[in-house]
Amino acid sequence: MHEFIAGLGSPLIMGILLGGLYAVIALGLSLVFGVMRLINVAHGDLVIFGSYFAYLIVTLTGIDPVLSLVAGIPVLFLIGFAIQKFLMARAFKQSMEAPLIIAFGISLVLENAYQIIFSPMSRGISTSYSMKSFIFGGIYIPIVYVLNFIVALLVMVSLHAFLKRTYLGQAIIAASQDAVAAQLMGINTPRIFAFTFGIAGTTAAVAGVFLGLTFPFTPISGISFLIIAFGVVILGGLGSVLGTFIGGIILGLAQTLGAHFFGSAAQMLILDIMVLVILAVRPQGLFGR
Amino acid sequence: MVSEKRMLKADNIDAYYGNLQVLWKISVEIKVGEIVAIIGSNGSGKSTFLNVISGVIHPPRGSILFEGTDITSMDPFQIVGLGISQVPEGRRIFPDMTVFENLRIGSYSRRARSKREENFERVYRLFPVLKERRNQIAKTLSGGERQMMAIGSALMSDPKLLLLDEMSLGLSPLVVNELYRALKEIRSRGITIIFVEQNVRRTLTEAERVYILETGRVVLSGNAETLREEEKVKKAYFGTH
Repeated sequence: MHEFIAGLGSPLIMGILLGGLYAVIALGLSLVFGVMRLINVAHGDLVIFGSYFAYLIVTLTGIDPVLSLVAGIPVLFLIGFAIQKFLMARAFKQSMEAPLIIAFGISLVLENAYQIIFSPMSRGISTSYSMKSFIFGGIYIPIVYVLNFIVALLVMVSLHAFLKRTYLGQAIIAASQDAVAAQLMGINTPRIFAFTFGIAGTTAAVAGVFLGLTFPFTPISGISFLIIAFGVVILGGLGSVLGTFIGGIILGLAQTLGAHFFGSAAQMLILDIMVLVILAVRPQGLFGR
Repeated sequence: MVSEKRMLKADNIDAYYGNLQVLWKISVEIKVGEIVAIIGSNGSGKSTFLNVISGVIHPPRGSILFEGTDITSMDPFQIVGLGISQVPEGRRIFPDMTVFENLRIGSYSRRARSKREENFERVYRLFPVLKERRNQIAKTLSGGERQMMAIGSALMSDPKLLLLDEMSLGLSPLVVNELYRALKEIRSRGITIIFVEQNVRRTLTEAERVYILETGRVVLSGNAETLREEEKVKKAYFGTH
């Protein structure tokens, strides 16, 4: 019995820490969906862009991947901003489906670009600490996992503060609740939407770096992480930074505990069952409105 | 209180919803300081007209001048910046924000931001219940309180011209009285008001001048007092009330 409980320690801790990373990955998807009602199916690929971008800088300059965010964040902000301003804004005027198709197109373009530039070989970002672990109560915890969690907390807290305490943040929230009423308050909604997409890009940049430190990735990894992000958003509900965080943790735990009890093969199955149950019982997610 | 200076001039406005024409050659002139009503039944195009002024709909024909500036094809946020603010139909507010947050976002435009605290004071004095409930989530407010908050948010944008779309719809007479009292107060601060209503009788006592719209056209306009006596109006509208 003691062994059983002791054995749970590792998956519990790892699940929570992993959940932090999943939450940051999902944040951009949640934001764009909450504000513009668009499921950005290219989001996973944008996160992988962040991973490849960091990988490139680390390989070329040898600096720490976290430092590469100095370039990665503005670059991904601009990419997100441009996608909304020049592609999606027009697509929204066409029809409900057009933005979804454009997102799909962007996803294809990105995946092929990665394949051409980096080859299908699986890559990872390695540093002096990316292979090391702490030992905590007899459990091996990779340093990177703890780093992921701390960064996730930082990102969540900053984003929450930004949304609640700045005019721009409040404008984004207003536009997500009623876009026309927001216009009547003097909010330039097209620019707000572009800005939101840009912010989603910056979270993808951060997520990409830590994903690259944690997992190996390939040109088509974007899809796998999109599915996880989707699950997080469904669990955590829309319009809630806290919800996304908790959703991520639940999913992380579902995965690690699922692997612990049912073996690695069952991980994704457990995850998907969880998502189905939540959808059936509380479709607006745990924290949704 | 009413000057001779022209604040708004709409000239031969045609407007469409998609391919459906809803306004024909609408011409309206509002002077600084006036309180003007636009009356019409459902489908007469009154909300559409307010949306044209606010820039939400752009008319393919006709023009709108505000204080001499052509605002016909401006974006809504620019028009708010110039000093026109609309309290839309249906008491549209931000349901998951608090009363305070709803009011605060009203001061988003650059011009309004510097006057935020001043306007907060004014709005709280005008509608004390909003101050009481300032931390309450907006969707939990009653219909009357919501309408007050909607008006309050519009005032936070420091408008020169306030547009109100069907303010009294679905509200009790007591609350409606409160709202009209507030409108008087707002007017006394020099803000020009255009309000759109279906309730003819009440409107004719609160407005100075009136335009009556029917299926997208102005069919009658003039002094409220004069119109009160108008036989036509009595027959057509007072019967249904």
